[in-house]
Amino acid sequence: MKIDVLYFARLRETFGIGAEALELTSGTVADLLETLRRRGKPWSEELSGERAFRVAVNQDIAGPETTLNDRDEVAIFPPVTGG
Amino acid sequence: MKIQVQTEAFDLAAEVAALHRDNPKVGAVASFLGLVRDVNEGDGVNTLTLEHYPGMTEKALAEIVRDAFERWELLDATVIHRVGELHPTEAIVLVAVASAHRGEAFAACEFIMDYLKTRAPFWKKEVTPEGERWVEARESDEVAAAKWAR
Repeated sequence: MKIDVLYFARLRETFGIGAEALELTSGTVADLLETLRRRGKPWSEELSGERAFRVAVNQDIAGPETTLNDRDEVAIFPPVTGG
Repeated sequence: MKIQVQTEAFDLAAEVAALHRDNPKVGAVASFLGLVRDVNEGDGVNTLTLEHYPGMTEKALAEIVRDAFERWELLDATVIHRVGELHPTEAIVLVAVASAHRGEAFAACEFIMDYLKTRAPFWKKEVTPEGERWVEARESDEVAAAKWAR
């Protein structure tokens, strides 16, 4: 399946990329994060869980157990700081 | 209900007037205006850049306002949040809530701001004399939002 992954704010700058299309075998948000961590630094550091981040699937906040489907839009971003 | 994310400035008086002008049932409008300060964490701030997630941000704001309408008897509400480059003294955010009596308007206005701060995807980056830095989320904002849990 193919998904779009978006990065925002500090993570967009650290990863040096705002969006990418990824081909995955079926899985969950946790599986996607493991795939990204396997790229090594800075992915492995930022997504290790030591530093807080949030994941949204199709623009709703999601957890590690959320199942991903073909054409889903997944966003990974730091805790929000608006207002 | 009006939800807007925009780069342009907004007119507080015009937005408040629009909430009650044509509705004689409105007895109270409470509003909150958030502004860029020239100092944060002890450092001077020259510029604040706000980033958002187009689509999800508007959706999250609409969900927060709908939640407020379920909790209190409200007549109307407006949320305007600016993005892009802002400078000290400029307005960032407006929340204005209309109801029959002040209690609902005050409570809903505070609730919407507390949830916006912790749930709506916006991120602030500051330019200080020492360079650029992303603003870190504050524990006190989570505590403020947690008081509305039910």
